[in-house]
Amino acid sequence: MAFFALIGREVRLAWRQGNSSAMAVTFFLVAVTLFPLGIGPELSVLARISAGVIWVAALLSALLTLDRLFQQDFEDGSLDLLALAPMPMELIVLAKSIAHWLTTGLPLVVAAPLLAVLLNMDSGGLGILMLSLAIGTPALSLTGAIGAALTVTVRRGGVLMPLLILPLYVPTLIFGVGAVDAVLNNIVAGPNLLYLGALSLVALALAPFAAAAAIRLALE
Amino acid sequence: MMHRFANPTRFVRLADRMLPWLFIVTLGSFAVGLYMALITSPPDYQQGDSVRIMYVHAPSAWMGLFGYMVLAGASFASLVWRHPLADAAAKASAPIGAAFTGLALLTGSLWGQPMWGTWWVWDARLTSMLVLFFLYLGYMALWSAIEDRQKASKAAAILALVGAINVPIIKFSVDWWNTLHQPASIMRQGGPSMDSAMLWPLGIMFVAFNAYYAMVLMWRIKAELAARKIETLRYNQAARQEGPAARQEGPAARQEGQAVLEEGS
Repeated sequence: MAFFALIGREVRLAWRQGNSSAMAVTFFLVAVTLFPLGIGPELSVLARISAGVIWVAALLSALLTLDRLFQQDFEDGSLDLLALAPMPMELIVLAKSIAHWLTTGLPLVVAAPLLAVLLNMDSGGLGILMLSLAIGTPALSLTGAIGAALTVTVRRGGVLMPLLILPLYVPTLIFGVGAVDAVLNNIVAGPNLLYLGALSLVALALAPFAAAAAIRLALE
Repeated sequence: MMHRFANPTRFVRLADRMLPWLFIVTLGSFAVGLYMALITSPPDYQQGDSVRIMYVHAPSAWMGLFGYMVLAGASFASLVWRHPLADAAAKASAPIGAAFTGLALLTGSLWGQPMWGTWWVWDARLTSMLVLFFLYLGYMALWSAIEDRQKASKAAAILALVGAINVPIIKFSVDWWNTLHQPASIMRQGGPSMDSAMLWPLGIMFVAFNAYYAMVLMWRIKAELAARKIETLRYNQAARQEGPAARQEGPAARQEGQAVLEEGS
C-alpha cells in the first residue's frame, strides 16, 4: 500500500513541479528535429535512420529527468525519512523507478509515432516502434536509477551520470532499434523483442539492489 | 590465504620481494618478444609487415579485459569482505586497464588503415572495446568525483559490479548488431591456424604484457597505500595543531586558554 502511495507521490511531484513529463517530451521533439536539420531533408535518408534517431533521442530524454530521481529528496531530507520507513530501500528505489517510467518513459512511447511521421518512417513500423519503446524504456529507468543513486551526493552529478549510464544503455538501444528495423525490412522482430524484454526483466531483478546499496551508502 | 594479505605491511613486504623479479621478467620478455615480433617473425602472406601490429594489439586487448576482471573481482572482495587492500587494488587496476584498452583501440585503428582503408571501422570487437573504454572512464570519474575515500571506494565498487554484469551483455548485443549491419567481416573468424613462427612471439608478448601489468599494479597499490598513510599523518598533525584552539571553545577551556595567554604575557 505504501508502495503505491510512494508511486503516487512521485508522479504528483513530477506533474506539479514544472511538469517534467512535458519537458522530457519537448526535449525528445526538439532533439529529433535537429537531425533533419543536420543531415538534410532527403526523405529516403530520414526513413532509413528514423528508428535509430528516435531511439537515441528517447535514451537522452530518459537521462534528462533521471538526475531528479533522488537528488531533490536527498537535498530536502525526505530521502532520510523514506529510509527510516519500514519499507526496504529496494522497494523505494523500485517505486521511484516505476514513477520515473510513468512520467518519462510512457509519454515518450505516446509521442514516438508523431516523430516517426516527421522522419518519414514507413507506417508499418509505427506499431513496433511503440511496442519496442514500451518494452525497452523500463530498462532505461531502472538502470538509470543506479546512476542517479551513485551520483546523488556528487555536486555536479548531472554531468557525471550520463558518463556512467550511457555505456550501459548500449544493449537496449541495439535491440530496440533492431526490432523496428527488422519489421521495416520484413524480417521477424521476435528475437529482438525477446532480448529487449529480457534486458528489462534483468534490470527489474538486479537494478533496485544496486541502486539501494548506493543510496544507503549516500545516507551513511 | 586472501586474508593473509589483508595486512598492508605484509603486502608491501611481499611486493618488495617480488617486484625486482617481475621487473626482470618484464624487461627480458619484452626484449625477446619485440625482437622476435619485429625482426625474426615472418610477414603475413596477405597483410605483409602490418601483421606485426598484432603482437601489440592482441595482448593489449587481452589486458584491457583482464584489467576489468581484476577490477570487478577486487571490487567484489572489497564490498563483501571489506578487504582493505582490495579497494586499493581495484583503484590501481583501472588506469592500467584503461590505458591498455586505449592502446588496443589505437593499434586496432592503425592496423585498420592498411587493411580496411579507413582509420576506424565499426567492427564488433573494436566497438565492444570502445564501450569497455567508456566503462573505465566512468569508473575513474566516479572515483575522482566523491571526496570521501571510503564512500568513493564503495560507490565505485557498486559501479564496477554493475559494469561487470553488463560487459558480457554489451559484448553479445554488439556482436548481434554487427551481424545485422555488416555481414562480411574482413577479420577471419577463427581463420587458418597461426604458424608457430608467429605464435611464439605472440605468446612471449603475452607474458611480457602480463608481467608488466602485475608490476605496475603492485607499484600503484604501494603508492596508494603510501598516499593513505600520508593522508592519515597529515590528518593527525592537523588535529594536533587544532587541539588547543578546539579546546578554547568551551567556557572552561576558554578561561584556561586565557590563563595560558596571560601567563605568557
